[in-house]
Amino acid sequence: MNPNLLLAIPMLPLVAALMAGIGGRLIGRGAAAALTISAVAVSCGLSMQVLNELLHGAAAYNATVYTWLLSDGVNMQVGFLVDRLSALMMVVVTFVSLCVHVYTIGYMRDDPGYQRFFSYISLFTFAMLMLVMANNFLQLFFGWEAVGVVSYLLIGFWYTRPSAIFANLKAFLVNRVGDFGFLLGIAGVLYYTGSLDYQVAFNQAPEIATQTLHIAGTAGGWPAITVICICLFIGAMGKSAQVPLHVWLPDSMEGPTPISALIHAATMVTAGIFMVARMSPLFEQSETALSFVLVIGATTALFMGFLGIVNNDIKRVVAYSTLSQLGYMTVALGVSAYSVAIFHLMTHAFFKALLFLAAGAVIIAMHHEQDMRKMGGLRHRMPVTYWTSLIGALALIGTPFFSGFYSKDALIEAVHASHRWGSGYAYFCVTAGVFVTAFYTFRMFFMTFHGESRLDQHAEEHFHDVGWDMKAPLVALAVPSLLIGYFTIQPVLFGGYFGDSIRVAAANDVVGELGREFHGAAAFAAQALLSLPLWLAAAGVFSAWHFVLRRPERATAIQQRLNWLYRLLVNKYYFDWFNENVLARASRALGLALWRGGDQAVIDGAVNGSAGAVGWIAGRVRLIQSGFLYSYAFWMIVSLVLILGWFLVRV
Amino acid sequence: MMHGKDVLSLLIWLPIGGGLALLAIGDAQARLARWVALLVALTTFALCLPLWQGFDTTTAAFQYVERLSWISQLHADYYLGVDGISLPLIVLTAFMTVPVIIAGWSVVEKRPAQYYAAFLILEGLMIAVFCALDSLLFYFFWEAMLIPMFLIIGIWGGPRRVYATLKFFLYTFLGSVLMLVALIYLYLKSGDYTIAGFQSLPLTLIEQRWIFLAFLVAFAVKVPMWPVHTWLPDAHVEAPTGGSVILAAIMLKMGGYGLLRFSLPITPDASRELAWLVIGLSLIAVVYIGFVALMQSDMKKLIAYSSVAHMGFVTLGAFLAFDIQGSTGALSGAVNGLDGAMVQMISHGLISGALFLCIGVMYDRLHSREISAYGGVINVMPKFGAFMVLFALANSGLPGTSGFVGEFLVILAAFKANFWFAFLAATTLILGAAYTLWLVKRVIFGPVANDQVAAMQDLNGREFLVLAMLALAVLALGLWPAPLVQTMEATVQHLLQQLSLSKIPVG
Repeated sequence: MNPNLLLAIPMLPLVAALMAGIGGRLIGRGAAAALTISAVAVSCGLSMQVLNELLHGAAAYNATVYTWLLSDGVNMQVGFLVDRLSALMMVVVTFVSLCVHVYTIGYMRDDPGYQRFFSYISLFTFAMLMLVMANNFLQLFFGWEAVGVVSYLLIGFWYTRPSAIFANLKAFLVNRVGDFGFLLGIAGVLYYTGSLDYQVAFNQAPEIATQTLHIAGTAGGWPAITVICICLFIGAMGKSAQVPLHVWLPDSMEGPTPISALIHAATMVTAGIFMVARMSPLFEQSETALSFVLVIGATTALFMGFLGIVNNDIKRVVAYSTLSQLGYMTVALGVSAYSVAIFHLMTHAFFKALLFLAAGAVIIAMHHEQDMRKMGGLRHRMPVTYWTSLIGALALIGTPFFSGFYSKDALIEAVHASHRWGSGYAYFCVTAGVFVTAFYTFRMFFMTFHGESRLDQHAEEHFHDVGWDMKAPLVALAVPSLLIGYFTIQPVLFGGYFGDSIRVAAANDVVGELGREFHGAAAFAAQALLSLPLWLAAAGVFSAWHFVLRRPERATAIQQRLNWLYRLLVNKYYFDWFNENVLARASRALGLALWRGGDQAVIDGAVNGSAGAVGWIAGRVRLIQSGFLYSYAFWMIVSLVLILGWFLVRV
Repeated sequence: MMHGKDVLSLLIWLPIGGGLALLAIGDAQARLARWVALLVALTTFALCLPLWQGFDTTTAAFQYVERLSWISQLHADYYLGVDGISLPLIVLTAFMTVPVIIAGWSVVEKRPAQYYAAFLILEGLMIAVFCALDSLLFYFFWEAMLIPMFLIIGIWGGPRRVYATLKFFLYTFLGSVLMLVALIYLYLKSGDYTIAGFQSLPLTLIEQRWIFLAFLVAFAVKVPMWPVHTWLPDAHVEAPTGGSVILAAIMLKMGGYGLLRFSLPITPDASRELAWLVIGLSLIAVVYIGFVALMQSDMKKLIAYSSVAHMGFVTLGAFLAFDIQGSTGALSGAVNGLDGAMVQMISHGLISGALFLCIGVMYDRLHSREISAYGGVINVMPKFGAFMVLFALANSGLPGTSGFVGEFLVILAAFKANFWFAFLAATTLILGAAYTLWLVKRVIFGPVANDQVAAMQDLNGREFLVLAMLALAVLALGLWPAPLVQTMEATVQHLLQQLSLSKIPVG
């Protein structure tokens, strides 16, 4: 692979972002859009070219770009590892980014921050590429934080909205809680391996597994590998929004919809999944850490799905769906099915970006209305959006032959095959989650597109279907949402696609076990017809149809009868309440107590008390005019200088 | 060395001479005074570039050495030189004076010539502190440096300036007196005042303990370390913008420099014995002060507290070596801590300086430092808002900015010493982001809060230039810190050797 071309892949969006951002006013709206779009398009083309070379036997590229810092023999570098895992991510990232860039032309047309927006999404593409292309923990952390910052800037893009700047601060801080763990994990890797380089760390993973770390006073200490992996995973929990660090993602919907699709569905939030898959040689050494991953993921997958059922904001439903699907991916990681996690990441990137962009199209058509209770019957008024949404929804719930079916069914089978502690619970969660997914997805779909029109007068007057600049990306994403699973399941999961990029211990290889029973994509789909998940999905769709279209009054009745449950869900299990009223309030109270009590009462009290003369001296000094004070001090300096000079000259 | 051998003297006396010339020019000719001040500041900085170029990074020996007899009765010499620890700090001093001069350009109307004179004289004295290899000369400049700062706050400061200057003066004076006692004791034992002589002087553990504590008080006040930090917020609040910038960017570094130049190499055994104290206080600074900073309603106080928390990384990184040796049996990783401490000093100089300049920009328009007086500034000042967000992110330790480098290195080293050190230090990721970005949320973002904010004008060319200079420096150091660390490498290795060898006389 040509190193210069590899370097161009992240650098082009960066340069375009800088030009559109700093010179935005100078070059104008059209040029900013054209510039960033072409940069990302070239990046996308080059990424596909790289993937193609790798598929045709090219060796993985692993080399340093420059040495960032050399301290104590630790070589901290910026460098790329482009193997089949990163190449897959590069293609997904740049392709979705390209679709979102194009879509933005229409979505942000009337926004005064047009150039700034293009600059941010290009900058994001750069940061995300740096993250996935890293060959060491330093650059990984750089990309990790950089995508976080761009996310911060984009959630708060409409910075005059109080809800947006609340949401972006919240997102950043919750992510920082994750990064806190992540950084400790990285420090642990350096401690045990003496290097921040992936390959060194991976090769030494078995040795780390024999070490213990003394954390608490207990004899023997903790297994170092478990501590490191859990710390790293805490980072993933922040970025990939796993319970209890998921609270920022629903609020991130305050950002413009294109970035919800790009950042908060398809790419950035999957960084945690990618990271754990990348670290598979480390995680494979710790059963405890993997069980932890498994339980967290399963909890997120099921319980965040429930929240999608009670929400009426079209974007938030998709957001809860994203949380739940991220939980699915995490479950796959937890049962050592890393390749399945990445496979689901890829299919999800396409159909979830599609669903978000479709939701955005509806929102624009409705003149910035997001409440599904005020939609309905849009099926004939925006046919392209309707049909592409249908493809996205069917993919999401796992309809046979659609992309999401292959990844989700393989995932559930992998969990079924696992014997890891927690896999029973996880199997229940992901299976029950199929019903929940189908239910909230089609509840949303029916409420939006079917039934009677419930548009209010404002929306009715301003209603206009979106143009082809927004529809084209929907179509572009619908194609892989429909087809990519069918064509790639065999090579990606069972054809050894990932090779050395992902390492699974033989005893944990549930994917290999599935592979022995795999007889082609079509047969895989045929088998599923008799399996439980498909019938659960069908039941979910039917329930949604029943409660939304056929007998809506029954939904209301259930809601009233199970009011406590409804309240629990509407209040999102009281996570936000707890964070705001307990954690945030306690932090502020502590800060105030330390300041007023510690600094002012105790320390200053002691200082002012023991130096009781302070007040008295202050009184005296106040009498001195500042002019006098000045000349006094001035002569002090002059005389000091003269004394110094005199001694020097005297020699 | 490609350079005239008197370059250090030139760096010291050029700004001091320039300052005296400004006093002669007088306040009546403000325009001339400004240009002279700028010329002097730029020339001084320009002189640093060949200094850096000609610096030999392969040796820990002092370079550009000048030595003349000064007070022969006391065996005190006018003895100057630089190594990898002092050189970056000197360059930082010369660099930061330039934006301070430019920032005061049309803002300072009261006694403008004297204002610039004070800053130039201060610059010379601060550079002298970093160059002095004779401890009496060091002490002389160390004390002399207080005078212009005292005046800057006392004359151009806010309404409670007298209280603030007094508090500042008493704290630092008390610390310095103890240092002087320690220096005199060391002089009596070694026969002269050279720092190198002190460093090679054998000392019993009891002697070292007392000397260490005397130094610690002096340097802890300057850093400032918890619990002797409370003078800093008051001084910052009352100081004019330029005063705050120099105070935060350079004067606090004197404390960190003192620990590296005096405490560790002169009293290595006591440092080892009492490292727990410094580490404990540093971690308290990071966590405790992080919470205190969260609750500040005055922007300058907030940044002042943030400085205390960030300087905690300097003192933490400097003293990790002993615990690393204790926990791993080797010194591998200790250099990370020392490098981190040094990089953090430089970075904090740039970032805190920039943040104080940003607050100054707002203060010049609205004459308030209260967070609640602002809101939605970015609506009317988009360029300013972009800079402020950048510096705020740098202050939160964002990778790619200088703020990340030092903290990262120190946390890596802390993990080797003790998991819980790293754990507590890493809370800065959350706390630093919380207090800095909450400030940004309330001041920069949001709808325009009131009519005064609505009337604010975006940056003028002069302000833009100043902030752009600092932004470039923050990014350059964050994206490629290798050259800076390379410059310090030999000296830091040498320091590590010094602090790992016992000085207790045998037998």
